Amino acid sequence: MSISRMRLRGALGQAGTIAVTLLGLLLLTFVIGRMMPADPVRAIVGEEASPEIYQQVFQQLGLDRPLWEQFLRYLGDVLTGDFGTSIRTGKPVIEDILHVMPATIELATFAILIGAGLGIPLGVTAAVNKDRWPDHLVRVFSLFGHSMPIFWTGMIALIVFYAHLGWVGGSGRMSQFYIGMVPDVTGFLLIDSLIAGEMDVFASAVNHLILPAALLGYSSSAYITRMTRSFMLDQLGQEYMVTARVKGLSRRQTIWRHAFGNIRVQLVTIIALAYGGLLEGAVLIETVFAWPGFGQYLTNNLIIGDMNAVMTCVLIVGVIFIALNLLSDLLYRLFDPRTK
Amino acid sequence: MTALPASRLPAPLLAARNILTFLLRSPTSAFGLLVLSILILTAAFAPWIATHDPYAQDLNNVLQAPGNGHLFGADELGRDIFSRLVWGARITLTIIFLVSIVVGPIGLIVGTTSGYLGGRIDTVMMRITDIFLSFPSLILSLAFVAALGPSLNNAIIAIGLTAWPPIARLARAETMTFRKADYIAAARLQGASPLRIIVKSIMPMCLPSVLIRLTLNMATVILTAAGLGFLGLGAQPPLPEWGAMIATGRRYMIDSWWLVTFPGLSILCVSLAFNLLGDGLRDALDPKQMNRR
Repeated sequence: MSISRMRLRGALGQAGTIAVTLLGLLLLTFVIGRMMPADPVRAIVGEEASPEIYQQVFQQLGLDRPLWEQFLRYLGDVLTGDFGTSIRTGKPVIEDILHVMPATIELATFAILIGAGLGIPLGVTAAVNKDRWPDHLVRVFSLFGHSMPIFWTGMIALIVFYAHLGWVGGSGRMSQFYIGMVPDVTGFLLIDSLIAGEMDVFASAVNHLILPAALLGYSSSAYITRMTRSFMLDQLGQEYMVTARVKGLSRRQTIWRHAFGNIRVQLVTIIALAYGGLLEGAVLIETVFAWPGFGQYLTNNLIIGDMNAVMTCVLIVGVIFIALNLLSDLLYRLFDPRTK
Repeated sequence: MTALPASRLPAPLLAARNILTFLLRSPTSAFGLLVLSILILTAAFAPWIATHDPYAQDLNNVLQAPGNGHLFGADELGRDIFSRLVWGARITLTIIFLVSIVVGPIGLIVGTTSGYLGGRIDTVMMRITDIFLSFPSLILSLAFVAALGPSLNNAIIAIGLTAWPPIARLARAETMTFRKADYIAAARLQGASPLRIIVKSIMPMCLPSVLIRLTLNMATVILTAAGLGFLGLGAQPPLPEWGAMIATGRRYMIDSWWLVTFPGLSILCVSLAFNLLGDGLRDALDPKQMNRR
């Protein structure tokens, strides 16, 4: 079999795997949605509706059909982009989510920049100084970031840096004063404020972003540090490192040009996965900082029991994770010469 | 002449003693062990350690600062925060214990069955595992709790339902290495059914690594449970669960910092202790490290 045929088969196999995983994901959200004790009909018609109206809505929702038929219907709805209507806002759920997503992406992007900016140098330092004090220090520092309950650290940081020191803005994406001053073009406040030329709003947005992003970044840097350290240790133990030194390269050059050069692809995949993991922290940190993003949308709907919205959020997180896994896989294939 | 064993202790105990001495030699894992011992002792002797009734309200001492009869201050209903933390240690231990009871068996059964039987069953089971793995644990737990209704028990069930996949993966990998072993073949030749082989011959072999992996996961379990408590989906007030204490203290945090600070520090200490211990265990069981000693 030729190499291109093999690759094609590999790609088809992977596409099949993804399809099955997505189907499983939908089945999971469907089952969770059906498990809930709250009555979806009552949520629509209210407590005082007559039995006739109740029956009518019950049939409209297809709840009288067998479960597998309900699942097929759900599948069809999702595939045609219909995720249901939010009980709280009365708008299609997907529209709501697209509206809040930029705030979370903005937060997560800054967080991952901080996380990678912190984690990679620390990981390299730890690997180069294995079992000496910088290694132990880095280990404790990153384990600390991994162990902190991020909602709590968020509150403590707000008390210290906002309430007492006044260095940063408080909760929300910008000061109350500026809300509504900048037209919503992209949804990314930093970009929108620049487009509108409102430098005050931009400054306020940065001021509000820095604290939650730093905390999320710190918590994700633990994973990045650990992986960077172990990748680097693998490389530093290779014989080509000795060869490079014998050839007369400085230690610095061997570390950064050769060893680090070889782990870049692996790092990109790790950072892609860490980026997805930030969604989890975002749910908590957005609640603490009243950040109007995906996480807050999810928790608000959880509290009022709007299952359409909750399940769509869960589905989206699942899809983002599958996509990131796929992306990291692809990057690996594209950039690692050994997989060719 | 027979060679005498170096110690009177049976082999598993000896191994445990070796690991313990290795852990105690590193200051970080020793710290982890210390914190966890304190946690267990606190939970066991909570009635004697606590200075007040954790539920007793005292409206004369509302939001009282630390000191003056209340070591860590009093909350918005005048309840003693220190005593609530002490009793909360029991809840934390309960969560750890119950989650382990749910997660260990599910992971072990799925992993060993999948690894031993192989083929179609393996593919299907691992696909299911992958689906669960493709979620961050907090978000999937949120979905389950949303469906089941918020309570401490449901939070434990939800965490259990989301925390088994890594265990299953591990048990499967272990099983694959034993599957072709001679003693398994011998059992099969004696006519043992697959069920008997899995339960009697494979599961005991996977147990040690599964237990260690459970310890490694505990920090995540504690943070997820606290997160659920904080979002109001886990333990419900007036239970002195640490995450829920932070959630109710949040309204007063700017003026009364002690309401959120001490419960958070407790969560941080316990999760850090598990992480440090896990880190040490990983080193202790890494064959490269053991040889170097």
